[in-house]
Amino acid sequence: MSKLPSEFYGNIAHTHKAIDDARGFADVFVELIKISRALPPMIGGKPDFRQGAKHMKFTLDWLKEHLDTDASPAEIGDTLTLIGLELEGMEDQGKALSSFVTAHVVSAEQHPNADKLRVCKVDAGTGELIDVVCGAPNARTGLKTVFAAPGTYIPGKDMTIGKGNIRGQVSNGMLCSNAELELSKDHDGIIELPEDAPIGLPYSKFAGIDGVVFDISITPNRGDATGVYGIARDLAAYGLGTLKSTDMSPVPSKGKSPIAPLPQQFGADEPKTIRRFGGRYIKGVKNGPSPAWLQQRLRAVGLRPINAIVDITNWVSLGWGRPLHAYDADKIVGQPVLRNARNESLDALDNKIYTLDETMTVVADESGPLCLGGIMGGIRSSTTDETVNVFMECASWDPDLIARTGRKTGIVSDARYRLERHVDPALTDPGLELATRLVLELCGGEAIEPVISGDDVYANTVIEFPLSEVRRLTGLDVEPMIVTAILTKLGFEFAPKGDVFSVKVPSWRPDVMLKADLVEEVMRMIGVDNIPVEPLARLSHVAPRMLTTIQNRRRIARRALASRGLDEAVTWSFISHDEATRFGGGQEELQLANAIAADMTDTRPSLLPGLLAAARRNANRGAHDLGLFEVGQVFLSATPEGQHTYATGIRTGTAGITGAGRHWSGKAEKVGVFDAKADLAATLDALGVDIDKVHILAEPAPWSHPGRGGRIALGPKVTLGWFGELHPAWAAELDLTGPVAAFEIDLDALPEPRKKATKTKPALALSSLMPLSRDFAFVVDSAVSATVILRAARGADKALIKDVIIFDVFEGSHVGEGKKSVAIEVTIQPNDRTLTDEEIDAISASVVAAVTKSSGGVLRT
Amino acid sequence: MSLDSQINALRTDFSAAIAAANDEAALDTIRVSALGKKGRVSALLASLGSMAPEERKSAGPAINGLKAEIAGLVEARSTALKSAALDARLKAETVDITLPLQPAPTTTGRIHPISQTIDEITAIFSDMGFSIAEGPDIETDYLNFTALNFSEGHPAREMHDTFFMKLGPDGIKKVLRTHTSPVQMRVMQKTNEKPAASYLTPAMDPPIRVVMPGRTYRNDSDQTHTPMFHQVEGLVIDQSSHIGQLRWVLEEFLKAYFEIPNVTLRFRPSFFPFTEPSMEVDVQCDRSGSEIKIGEGSDWLEILGCGMVHPNVIANAGLDPDVYQGFAWGMGIDRIAMLKYGMPDLRAFFDADQRWLDHYGFRPFDLPTLFGGLSS
Repeated sequence: MSKLPSEFYGNIAHTHKAIDDARGFADVFVELIKISRALPPMIGGKPDFRQGAKHMKFTLDWLKEHLDTDASPAEIGDTLTLIGLELEGMEDQGKALSSFVTAHVVSAEQHPNADKLRVCKVDAGTGELIDVVCGAPNARTGLKTVFAAPGTYIPGKDMTIGKGNIRGQVSNGMLCSNAELELSKDHDGIIELPEDAPIGLPYSKFAGIDGVVFDISITPNRGDATGVYGIARDLAAYGLGTLKSTDMSPVPSKGKSPIAPLPQQFGADEPKTIRRFGGRYIKGVKNGPSPAWLQQRLRAVGLRPINAIVDITNWVSLGWGRPLHAYDADKIVGQPVLRNARNESLDALDNKIYTLDETMTVVADESGPLCLGGIMGGIRSSTTDETVNVFMECASWDPDLIARTGRKTGIVSDARYRLERHVDPALTDPGLELATRLVLELCGGEAIEPVISGDDVYANTVIEFPLSEVRRLTGLDVEPMIVTAILTKLGFEFAPKGDVFSVKVPSWRPDVMLKADLVEEVMRMIGVDNIPVEPLARLSHVAPRMLTTIQNRRRIARRALASRGLDEAVTWSFISHDEATRFGGGQEELQLANAIAADMTDTRPSLLPGLLAAARRNANRGAHDLGLFEVGQVFLSATPEGQHTYATGIRTGTAGITGAGRHWSGKAEKVGVFDAKADLAATLDALGVDIDKVHILAEPAPWSHPGRGGRIALGPKVTLGWFGELHPAWAAELDLTGPVAAFEIDLDALPEPRKKATKTKPALALSSLMPLSRDFAFVVDSAVSATVILRAARGADKALIKDVIIFDVFEGSHVGEGKKSVAIEVTIQPNDRTLTDEEIDAISASVVAAVTKSSGGVLRT
Repeated sequence: MSLDSQINALRTDFSAAIAAANDEAALDTIRVSALGKKGRVSALLASLGSMAPEERKSAGPAINGLKAEIAGLVEARSTALKSAALDARLKAETVDITLPLQPAPTTTGRIHPISQTIDEITAIFSDMGFSIAEGPDIETDYLNFTALNFSEGHPAREMHDTFFMKLGPDGIKKVLRTHTSPVQMRVMQKTNEKPAASYLTPAMDPPIRVVMPGRTYRNDSDQTHTPMFHQVEGLVIDQSSHIGQLRWVLEEFLKAYFEIPNVTLRFRPSFFPFTEPSMEVDVQCDRSGSEIKIGEGSDWLEILGCGMVHPNVIANAGLDPDVYQGFAWGMGIDRIAMLKYGMPDLRAFFDADQRWLDHYGFRPFDLPTLFGGLSS
């Protein structure tokens, strides 16, 4: 595997633009967890490409190839961040690797007690042979490799190697792979050095890895900064040095190309990823390992050298942001063409086989696809050390279609990373010349004439730019000369017309389209920190009301419920389809098209499933007495009006209002329907709804015990909520043991407070006369609800009856089968004079009459 | 028997009986037997009538004296008995007041840190004259992407990061909003339509100053991401607001939120489709210890993204970008809660572990206000 050419298109390093582009503001969020590393991966999780995603590595030496500068690495690092090329890391690799030394494996013998281990005698230049047990398959007698003595920190393993004994054999150090040195992700074995490598030399010195490596993140709009040259251009514009130009002049050709310009074979309606395709036949090259300096440079940024041709393509890709692809010309069968795939597959350079569909453009010969265009090459036509004739590709592609193909195939390559961000169309032809020149320099051979088909796409944007725009958007006053100097250095061209400039945008910056984009260019070169801070004046001096009714209701509901001993939970907005359906949801429009996990497929129709799941989790940890609530969204439909805020709570076990568990005053009772009703009533009260004025109906929610639950309504149409004990059958299916009391309040159903002309409250009339009370007991059918009796008694004399309470309810044989006795106390408040006995008797009689009439019961005597 | 002996005998009998009376009822029986109509002292008093005047002169005062004496004893005994009865009742009702209380009345539940943080943010921005705006979690593809300058063919629309909803009866493409930014458009867009639901903020005319907290979703889950999280977005639209004022708003907010006298921010040019110029903001911090300290030290921590509202976004809202301008910013609520209160791990926010809620939650009357302090 180590010899397979996993070149250019194949270097797995970066991810796709889409993720970067969709970053919202708060994605900085990602960064957060430098605080915490202890989070277990979640169900259905997928690998996070973002880490590698937007990063670009380069060495100081490499930068200096494009930028004439005396700036220190620290200065360069700080500047990169300030101009929007955020420095993620800066490392002196020489320092990090200084403890590793070159060594010679004098002997490697089979470990007596382990099949996969070898016992090595290693000469690390210390004058004595060191015993090292090594598990790498390529640890063999005579190998020159890299040794870490005990006490050396191994970055790739995040550990310090010690002296040890491995299955009975002494081991005093470690032979290292590139991955262990964090030089690449190559885990295939320990590093293999040339036979003539000296022994005992610091490996950093031997490999020339002694430079500073910058690691920056590139925002998705900055395709131009995916090459060292583009970064140098930005630094030069900032004033950190002078940009050096590269010779990209045409290389003289000899003879006619055996490969004709590649025909672009696309139907009118087909997606066409290719724009301009440049290819060049280079005859008689001598391939093989590239020069040590090039290998070192690639290694320093995490790439594995393959062979000179491939290394050149990577050099151009990273150096100028111009991806290339090299074919072994002798492996191409007939004339290659550009066309869309026809349900073919490609054996790609990452050793995976990809099925390609008709939306993907390939370079194909008579035997089928050679390369998935702009994304990754195939093994069949890859170059090897034996390659003699090369066909070099430098092409421009449609960035959106490259992104789409990349996403469909899931291939993450350096080429895709650049091409989906947009590569300068003006570099297509010169890039091919540059590649040709470098091949001739390093590998010799003869360049045949280039073959080119198709046209590049240029934006050719010209922006009318009033200089006042900088001040308008930033508040910063900048001299016109400074503005023009900055933009000129960035490649913009000017035609001044008074105060308005006509600005021509360079081909490598298609992201610059508007005045505001130019303001950003000026701003980032001046530094946001140099913009003076200015207070934002208030619109009015005393703030009007800032919260809406529903926003206030949420706050009140939360604090009211917490004050009753319930903890606030925040649970997922999505639940499983089964649970959603069970709780009345699960409609098609409320399902996610691409759920992350099987138990997170549907937006929730109720907060109860989340709370009950939380109760189950807590019970599994031993917490059986629990009070939880959530104030959050439920989804009754996918329209805005279908999204309501509910306040929902549960109590489990003995977590009633008087406290859970054992207590000296007596064992706590199990939670029941009245706990739920009390929570609901208290919350409604806190929200300004009088519980005595709402309808409490014996119409339990589907989740409720049919005899222990109810609905709270305002009139026939408006349901405010439900309360009850969880249905035992549901509890069993939800794997909950013990009682659960629950309630739901639809905060959106509460009436909007009436807008009144004044805040004045009605006048308060206070009586100076003593209230008096009378008790009555009625025998009624067991099914008669208390509300009926209370309403009737209250209504018997609305002027004088102030309150009615129920103080006793019982059933028993002496009141009759199917009957119950309900005792009420009626409070009578005289208004302006003391009532006579006759008047009181009359009120009593009307109470009895009203109750017996509405309840069908009789006065108990 | 002489009258004197009779009086003495009665005095002795009744004194003993009164002293022996254990309750008010017994005492009353004694009183009646002595002083009642047919009582023995009353009988003696009645005998005065049959006495000779000479005899009556000495016997009268003696018998009346006895009557008064016995009445006094009854009264005294009655008072003593009442007092003893009260003592006994009070004693019977006495409890051990050192017994522990029932837990519930003193133990309140806890407010989730996300709610608390939203209230803190609300308190600060209210003071700056911002109101709170809201939109739905299930948002149209148009408001989540198109209106915010994500082009039609933009990869984000197909990317795995977005949760797409299955198509409903209205045939409108919808997503679980990936950010709170669509609320910007709901607030800004020119419309005379009344909002479809009461929680939706009606469209406003500039000048606009709103903050928009809410739940957001990404199809992403690993050590540092949860598929649901919370963001707060801010928006200022008028005819003059610029980055200098954006800097002020953010500095003032962060000072107030972290309750520190000074804060140093670093603005880095960045990229967001819906702002131009765009910036990311780092806050000065010290990470050398076990906890991150904001506002001191020599390190930087990314805290939010911001920028001038993109001209295309302003135009999409029906406003002229050459006349109206303004800025927007956004940050992770969960993130700034973690930074301020030191919760180490994001996933625990959504687990509803009672122990976690009790530890990291806030008391119901820890009301964040500026006059009372955001946090106690």
